[in-house]
Amino acid sequence: MDELITYGPELAQGFLENIKLALVGLVVSFILGTILVAMRVSPTPVLRAAGTAYVNVVRNTPLTLVLAFSALGLSDQLGLVFSDQPETNSFWLVGLGLGAYTAAFVCEALRAGINTVPMGQAEASRAIGLTFFQTLTMIILPQAFRAVIAPLGSVVIAMIKNTTVATAGGLLTDSAATMKIVFDTTGASIPIFLGVIAAFMVLILPIGYFTGWLSRKLAVVR
Amino acid sequence: MSTSVLFDVPGPRARVRNHLLTLVSVVLVGAVLYGVYRGFDAKGQWAGKIWEPFIQADTWREFIIPGLIGTLKAAAAAAVLAMLFGMVFGLARLSDHAWIRVPAGVIVEVFRAIPLLLLIFFIFYLAPSVMGGGDYAFFAVVLGLTLYNGSVLAEVVRAGVLSVARGQSEAGYAIGMRKNQVMRLVLLPQAITVMMPAIVSQLVVLLKDTALGYIIAYVDLLNTGFKILPAVFFGSLIPAAIVIGIIYVALNMSLSYLATWLERRTRRSRKVTAGPVEPPSAMAAVGAGQPTGGPIID
Repeated sequence: MDELITYGPELAQGFLENIKLALVGLVVSFILGTILVAMRVSPTPVLRAAGTAYVNVVRNTPLTLVLAFSALGLSDQLGLVFSDQPETNSFWLVGLGLGAYTAAFVCEALRAGINTVPMGQAEASRAIGLTFFQTLTMIILPQAFRAVIAPLGSVVIAMIKNTTVATAGGLLTDSAATMKIVFDTTGASIPIFLGVIAAFMVLILPIGYFTGWLSRKLAVVR
Repeated sequence: MSTSVLFDVPGPRARVRNHLLTLVSVVLVGAVLYGVYRGFDAKGQWAGKIWEPFIQADTWREFIIPGLIGTLKAAAAAAVLAMLFGMVFGLARLSDHAWIRVPAGVIVEVFRAIPLLLLIFFIFYLAPSVMGGGDYAFFAVVLGLTLYNGSVLAEVVRAGVLSVARGQSEAGYAIGMRKNQVMRLVLLPQAITVMMPAIVSQLVVLLKDTALGYIIAYVDLLNTGFKILPAVFFGSLIPAAIVIGIIYVALNMSLSYLATWLERRTRRSRKVTAGPVEPPSAMAAVGAGQPTGGPIID
């Protein structure tokens, strides 16, 4: 227990870094994921192919490789630098890398949501004379949106857990890296491990409950 | 896209518009690809010299193949153990006895909620103090992957058994079978067919996650290909990343295709009373709501 108290402030600092990373990843992945899903369902074959290629490649690449590549490859070799401060630079690299990786999963969740709307809904709305935009905005998207709440919640939770891989991107201030550094001096410490896990659970549990509750509340009865 | 819920079959005007959009997007996609190409070119990343190591047999023999074997070894060991773990805990969660069901449930939920890398770190540092000195990188990677993916698979097993129509087990009991016989002879054979696609897609996740071993210096494909190889062949970092990226994507995609093929086969088959099980979402990992089958991530 003493170890947790001694190193608590450092670990909390690291955990704050995880939260900040998650926020950056959240914004980037939702914007990019929405663009990708628009590409994947667009009537233009080229955009569909480009979106599919991105999703398939990114989904099948380990996040560790994505982050290691953005640090060593993009930044060191190709000169993509966000800041002179090495820490700030790797923070943005990891945040953007995480966002680019998660965007593929956001895109798939959104697409699955559109696919849950039965064909009959669109056919019925056309039959009663709604225009394309009315069909889209009044019939399909409201149903699709409700269907994706829970899957998007799990994508966000997985992304929060994935912020720990930041070490691979050269960010040595997050909670996983801090825990490793502390373990180097103290050896494996059960209180520290439990403390860090508890912090993650406190962050993750409410998201899971909230999205689960919301999706049940808004579920479309069929 | 006449099959899409979003679009009608295009009329003449819409067709012209679509052709225009296609043209614009060809130019856009081409511009992006050309931009990337030029960016790499400006830094001399297409120079033959730095790509040369990858057409030499020695590079493959000394770096890439051993790394690939390391990755596959860890993935295979973890896959077998995770499936065992998943089977045991999945069935334990379905037990009629609360003293089995509740602890199994707690273990499964907790291991699904822990970030995998933290678990691997912890095992990596704990192992030497419990079992004496030595190299525990392989052990930590395999045990971490087993505990995490095993817990996810336990949920798959549970959902699979629950998805078999109730009449099946009722019929089993009606002809005088015991609980064990109903599970072994009636429910599991049907459930396993239904679970196969979800199990295979979880194995893709497992294979991808072996790359976390890179962080604790386990000798896997990422380590030999991305750390050791560029250190030997100076300047070959980007080519190395591209080559091992292609290997990872090829490996995982072939596994993913196996999963979709299995899923289609399950859908076609009439012998099974239930549709394929969706992989459980991470949301269910924290015990909220039904496994709704979000995409598998991490």
